[in-house]
Amino acid sequence: MGTFITFPELLVWLPFLAGILCFFIKKENAVRQIALFTTLIILAVSVASLAYTGKEYYAYNNVVYYWLKYLGASLYFGLDGTGKLLTLLTALAYPLIFASSYRKNIKDASSYYGLMLLCMSGIMGVFVSMDALLFYFFWELALIPAYFLCSRWGAERRIQTTFKFFVYTFAGSLLMLIGIIFVYLHTPARTFSDGTFVSHSFVIDSFYQAVLTPNQQNWMFWLFFLAFAIKMPVFPFHTWQPDTYDQSLTPTTMVLSGIMVKMGLFGVIRWLFPLFPQASEHFSKIVIILCVAGMVYASLLAMVQDNLKKLVAYSSIAHIGLMCAALFAMNEISVKGVMVQMFSHGINIIGMWMIVEFLERKVNVRKMSELGGIANKAPVLTIFTVLIVLANIALPLTNGFVGEYMMFSGLFIYGKWYAIAGLVCIILAAVYSLRMVRQIFYGETSPASANMTDLGIYEKLVFTIVIVAIFMIGIYPEPFFELTKEAVKILMLKAI
Amino acid sequence: MNAIVFSALWGVVLMFVGAFVKSRGSVKYIAIAGAILGLVLSGMELYSGLPLFNIDKTDMLRTGNFSLTFICIVYICTLVLFLLNGKDFEKIGNHVAEYFALIFFVLCGVSLCATFDTLLLLFLGIEIMSIPLYILTGSEKSNLKSNEASLKYFLMGAFSTGLLLMGIAFIYGANSNGSFYLEHIQPGKEHLTVMMTVGIVFMIVALGFKVSAAPFHFWTPDVYDGAPTVITSFMATIVKVGGFIAFIRLFEGSFGAIQKDWQILIVILTVLTLLIGNITAIFQQSVKRMLAYSSIAQAGFMLLAIFALNGPAKEGLLIYSAAYSLATIGIFAILIKLNDYTIDGFNGLARKEPVMAFAGALFLFSLTGIPLTAGFTAKFYVLLAALQNGHYQWLVVVAVLFAATSAYYYFRIIQAMYFKEPAENRVFTDEKIPASFKFMLLVTCALILIIGAYPEIIIGWLYH
Repeated sequence: MGTFITFPELLVWLPFLAGILCFFIKKENAVRQIALFTTLIILAVSVASLAYTGKEYYAYNNVVYYWLKYLGASLYFGLDGTGKLLTLLTALAYPLIFASSYRKNIKDASSYYGLMLLCMSGIMGVFVSMDALLFYFFWELALIPAYFLCSRWGAERRIQTTFKFFVYTFAGSLLMLIGIIFVYLHTPARTFSDGTFVSHSFVIDSFYQAVLTPNQQNWMFWLFFLAFAIKMPVFPFHTWQPDTYDQSLTPTTMVLSGIMVKMGLFGVIRWLFPLFPQASEHFSKIVIILCVAGMVYASLLAMVQDNLKKLVAYSSIAHIGLMCAALFAMNEISVKGVMVQMFSHGINIIGMWMIVEFLERKVNVRKMSELGGIANKAPVLTIFTVLIVLANIALPLTNGFVGEYMMFSGLFIYGKWYAIAGLVCIILAAVYSLRMVRQIFYGETSPASANMTDLGIYEKLVFTIVIVAIFMIGIYPEPFFELTKEAVKILMLKAI
Repeated sequence: MNAIVFSALWGVVLMFVGAFVKSRGSVKYIAIAGAILGLVLSGMELYSGLPLFNIDKTDMLRTGNFSLTFICIVYICTLVLFLLNGKDFEKIGNHVAEYFALIFFVLCGVSLCATFDTLLLLFLGIEIMSIPLYILTGSEKSNLKSNEASLKYFLMGAFSTGLLLMGIAFIYGANSNGSFYLEHIQPGKEHLTVMMTVGIVFMIVALGFKVSAAPFHFWTPDVYDGAPTVITSFMATIVKVGGFIAFIRLFEGSFGAIQKDWQILIVILTVLTLLIGNITAIFQQSVKRMLAYSSIAQAGFMLLAIFALNGPAKEGLLIYSAAYSLATIGIFAILIKLNDYTIDGFNGLARKEPVMAFAGALFLFSLTGIPLTAGFTAKFYVLLAALQNGHYQWLVVVAVLFAATSAYYYFRIIQAMYFKEPAENRVFTDEKIPASFKFMLLVTCALILIIGAYPEIIIGWLYH
């Protein structure tokens, strides 16, 4: 297989081709089936790729094509530990998203699923690019379908909100483009394997060898970091996020919040730290302060939200803030924690959105004050919700606990006040999450929730998968550490 | 050289056609044939390096791969324009053959601008390029706006021509060789005399007028808005990049060595052009006027190539010419077919005309600079060039921030086409859109994507 076609290629091209195909199929049911089926195949590919990790399988995971060779760029796909972790998350999230919205009535479904799959292809591309220019290409190309997804489908104010989101991220990525070109101009000469000599190169190894003065590093750090910070989003670049999550269709929001935000964290791990180690350390304090401030701010705002979608959106800012802070604490335990948490957060937040999605479909209300007493009507949903919420606030035995515990330990080593401020947020998270559960599921049955029904057998199955994933990682996170061991080790070597 | 002679000849041929051929519809086929022939002849010269005619007895022209590649790009863009909008020339007025003839004369001027080696031919090139345009701008005789635009363009053009001539005179006087040749007028590194400085400043101002760089852009919106839309499409693209090619050839040929002395002027021009073009474009309601300001904004990016003046800058300018011209011609072609030129006029176009909307979105993506389109590659190259230059690196940050701003007004059209509902019983076009037009739109899209993914097809010609 290795010489014929490689895992990263499959991960990028399969969703791409399926996405194009979807545009031309007019039967809605067929489109849904194709989309779900393709993502299941991709999940299988991704799981299979886990079995082929290690140096001896290099040819299975890496491939280079020539493209823009005279510039020193190439189509270089590679799948390392971090890449595998995040492609697995993407590959697992998509079938869940498609399955949970399978019964949703989406107008013009063929375009919707087509764009979703194109977006998936872009995201996969970001995770497997081993060439800076290619990385930038995919980074932007993941955004374009997202722009259409958010503007075409959703609530009334979607167009303006999405526009803000787009202009924000576009400005960020263009600044990163300057950074990429600047670093490129400082890379050493390189000879490609076919003998082509180029004076500079975009290949990741060359980028890692780029020689920059400390002053240049500082500038470049901000150019790259802004793009990643907007994508994550880190306070104060988060203003696009709550509105966009609120206004888009819930499956779209799942992609944005579950997977796309990981692109920002991934960017920090793959590009920012190794390229500018000194600058990263130099500015780590500012970044961590921003992250922690953002956590407190988002948690406080989440406390007063009545809109269910906005509550989840703000809680997501708080979670991402913690991950980013732990990443910049730059010690082994926190980085390991981030790796696991990136995966766990994806699963948990998609679980949360699945609840929102189900409620929205059944009672068509997203204001919590109008809901109540659903536990009587839908006991199974209540159990699943409580479990997912507990994972979200990181109770032991759930996946959230593993990551957050390690991240806090790391943050504590870095500076105890940051960790304490972060812990306050965890308590706040418990407050607003449990308040949400109480308000929606317990108390008097409100008129809006009178005709609520419980999960069908099909939904139960989907929720069960999420719950199983939550506990599997919570109880036995070892495989994830194993998978990212190499990446963490390299990162620690580079950072110090 | 082929292109200069051929385009002049074909212009004359077209004038005779106007006198002898009675059917107006057939004229455009002769023009299309002319564009194809011109492309083939320039391609042959580029491939073999030998011109068919040798008119240049005193070495006043210099043809190289750079010039010839540019001329090929110009002919390709003209061909695309003719194929897309050939029929729309018939709507301007009765003298269809003359319009095409004048366009071929403009092409002759553009070819001269791409190949001149002395200031005299630069002047001739700029004038041959401009004078037919004054006529074309006012060709819609019964339209008051068209007449106004023509007069305005003529007055402003005459003014800038005067400055250009004055600049040439100063530079001629300042060099001791008594020569107009580019290599002879190069000033020494140390002593930049007052006369030389004045000459260079005049040249920058005059060429700034021609490429509509701020603060010399005031004629642009009115002229582009007033001229018949097909002519605007031609003027905003091919003529503008023609001005840029003259600009870069002059400054590379003569003033490259003293770059650091005049660079600050270009920096000021670039920042002003980007600022005024982008900010004013945001407030436009008419798409035609918005595209006029967008052409100013894009000129700001092309000025970065003049600013950098190195290898990637030349490559970047070539790609930019192709990318910008193709996308702008494409979006104008769609605009011409619509009844309503306001942004609301695009509402719900995707529902009615999916192919036109798709193509339009792609052209706008390219103008914004989204990867995989030619517009991205172009912006990438000029940014690379400007960063490699090493001076004034903040300029690049300013440029990309304005590129992000440009997304604002370009994406408003995409939003209108895809996300907004059309008004009740909305009629987009009076005529039926022919399938051939849609096919040509898709061909243009393909060209943009090919240049975006494989810029080698343009860059490769420079090195072979």
